[in-house]
Amino acid sequence: MAKANEIKSGDILAGIGAENAAERIAAKRVLSQLTLEDLRNNPVVPLETDEVSRIIDGDVNEAIYRSVKNWSVAELREFILKTETTNDELQRLSRGLTAEMVAATTKLMSNLDLVLGASKIKNIAHCNTMIGQPGCLAARLQPNHPTDNVEGILASLREGLSYGVGDAVIGLNPVDDTLPAVIRSLETLYDFVEEWKIPTQICVLAHITTQLKALQKGAPVHLLFQSVAGTEAGNTAFGISGAILQEAYEAGLKQGRATGPNIMYFETGQGSELSAEAHNGADQLTLEARCYGFARHYKPYLVNTVVGFIGPEYLYDTRQVTRAGLEDHFMGKLTGLPMGVDACYTNHMKADQNDIENLATLLTAAGCTYFMGIPMGDDVMLNYQCTSFHDIPTLRSIFNLRPLPAFEAWLECMGIMENGKLTARAGDATIFTR
Amino acid sequence: MGLEMDIRSIVEQVLLEMKHGTQGNSGANLPAQTVVSASEEDALTDLAKVDLQRYLQVPHPVNAELYQEMKLATPARIGVWRSGSRPLTDTWLRFRADHAVAQDSVLGDVPEDFPAKYNMVCVKTMCSSKDEYLTRPDLGRKLDDENLAILRQHCKKGPKLQIIVADGLSSKAVEANIPNLLPAMIQGLEGMGIQLGTTIFVKYARVAIMDVIGEELKPEAAIVLIGERPGLGTAESMSAYMGYNPRVGMVESERTVVSNIHKGGTPAAEAGAHLASLLKRILDARASGVNM
Repeated sequence: MAKANEIKSGDILAGIGAENAAERIAAKRVLSQLTLEDLRNNPVVPLETDEVSRIIDGDVNEAIYRSVKNWSVAELREFILKTETTNDELQRLSRGLTAEMVAATTKLMSNLDLVLGASKIKNIAHCNTMIGQPGCLAARLQPNHPTDNVEGILASLREGLSYGVGDAVIGLNPVDDTLPAVIRSLETLYDFVEEWKIPTQICVLAHITTQLKALQKGAPVHLLFQSVAGTEAGNTAFGISGAILQEAYEAGLKQGRATGPNIMYFETGQGSELSAEAHNGADQLTLEARCYGFARHYKPYLVNTVVGFIGPEYLYDTRQVTRAGLEDHFMGKLTGLPMGVDACYTNHMKADQNDIENLATLLTAAGCTYFMGIPMGDDVMLNYQCTSFHDIPTLRSIFNLRPLPAFEAWLECMGIMENGKLTARAGDATIFTR
Repeated sequence: MGLEMDIRSIVEQVLLEMKHGTQGNSGANLPAQTVVSASEEDALTDLAKVDLQRYLQVPHPVNAELYQEMKLATPARIGVWRSGSRPLTDTWLRFRADHAVAQDSVLGDVPEDFPAKYNMVCVKTMCSSKDEYLTRPDLGRKLDDENLAILRQHCKKGPKLQIIVADGLSSKAVEANIPNLLPAMIQGLEGMGIQLGTTIFVKYARVAIMDVIGEELKPEAAIVLIGERPGLGTAESMSAYMGYNPRVGMVESERTVVSNIHKGGTPAAEAGAHLASLLKRILDARASGVNM
């Protein structure tokens, strides 16, 4: 299974990658002939010892599974790619698959297969607004600040909105994970969104237990965020479990300010399990697929991989990050998620802004649900680079896509956008002054 | 280094053109008045925070005063304006220049004659290239027999304190900070009567190289001065990791850490003095990190 993966430095580091190119292709050949039943019966971590395996297996629709269990992985790949296969059929199929099946078919796909396969699947979710609709490209506005300074956060927030960014979520990565700081940031974002009547959702991406405490104290919460891993041990390293997520999900529905029913936000990324020494000898792509199977259980509104953040020990260069970005997006879509991508890189990787623009372009062609929007792509808190405020309207314009409808109507009201194009006012953050 | 020089000259040219640029260029008048580079030598470093925070490109903002305040409230690249939906050329090239410096610093090497200038004994981890260093953290924590022999032959055994300098993820951090940091720290330590070992420079090293060297030379305490992963703001940031009784198997929480040593954070000379007194405390407490 691991040897069939495209080359990744993380699999080499784990000592499980193919020895050479010929062995890689031979492994793909073997994998292509396994049945889906073989894969269900052999999860990379046994059900007995791993909660993630149990949750994914428990969510399988048995009727759909029975109808496909004798398929080979090759047949699954070809069914997904067939012209006649519709979005509805793929969404139905999705309910009968486990993460190992999703991962296996991904390993047989070319990059263009991954683009085509993903582009056929439209997964929709609703929080305050509806995401994943055909013809739309959304963006998370990420107004991070090195000290969580309120005015600094609002500065980037205003700037991003003036470029038409922020329809997926306005989501802050806090520097300070303490409860008072998180509550203050939640209130900052919430009050601004209320004042300007912005049809979107807010989130402060602290640890979920901190967000839960904020919620219980009556702080304004729309989306509840958490990073997730593809094994129970990986989640333990993140300080979470299925029970904690379930508790958060129920509390969010009960106490949160969002319409719902989708109120969870998850981030993932190949390599996090190995980095926590919780990979159980499995390859990083399969573990990533398991993150999506696990995430699906909590009916999320947003899920995105942060491909390129983890470092060259796991994804070495542009080629590996591009491949991983396409894989992750496809796997998320095939798992039924409204999948977005944080297309990014750190400064110790062999990648630059051009590479990430390439990846974002490929992903937009693949029907990616949302990207990140950051001032000039330079995150001054997390010290990495990703897609910029400028990139979002650019990708929309090239692919003839729009912001989410409710958000676009608001942009028109504010005079930022007209007929799907930025107006002369766009790009001036100070239009948000009274 | 060649790449960096090219970019430096290009950026200087850009800044020069912006200073004396054509006035008719719509929307580009503002930076000509607001962006000032202190001196040509500093042109590149000035691309960091301070300069960018004055760099407002929006031609006719609704509220120019608020924009200035907003820019001072964050180092984020806002108020940069656009051509269509794309960034203006100088904004884009400035971003690329900052990234180029950061990358150059990761991929570049400390000059070969640098360690000798500070009387350091040079060794190399089991990584054979920068590429291998980046992808094999395990090898960056090990020395082979040949390099261990160099330590045995040239370094004092059993000193009170062992100083280790490592390139880590930024060669520029070493070049920028060591010339001021090391003499200040050594002066401070010697002033307090702390007996020092032979300073060691390790190429392609991770922090835990301290453990292997600790096993070999048996110092009472050790400090690793290592280049941090560069951000776009600065590529010159250095960290110091200190450990009492350094040995294989010590856990991360046993190390005392000081990070953000650079011009915009804790300046090198100041850091040297601070580290000397911190090391004295570690030696007095006979413990480091969470054990202190």
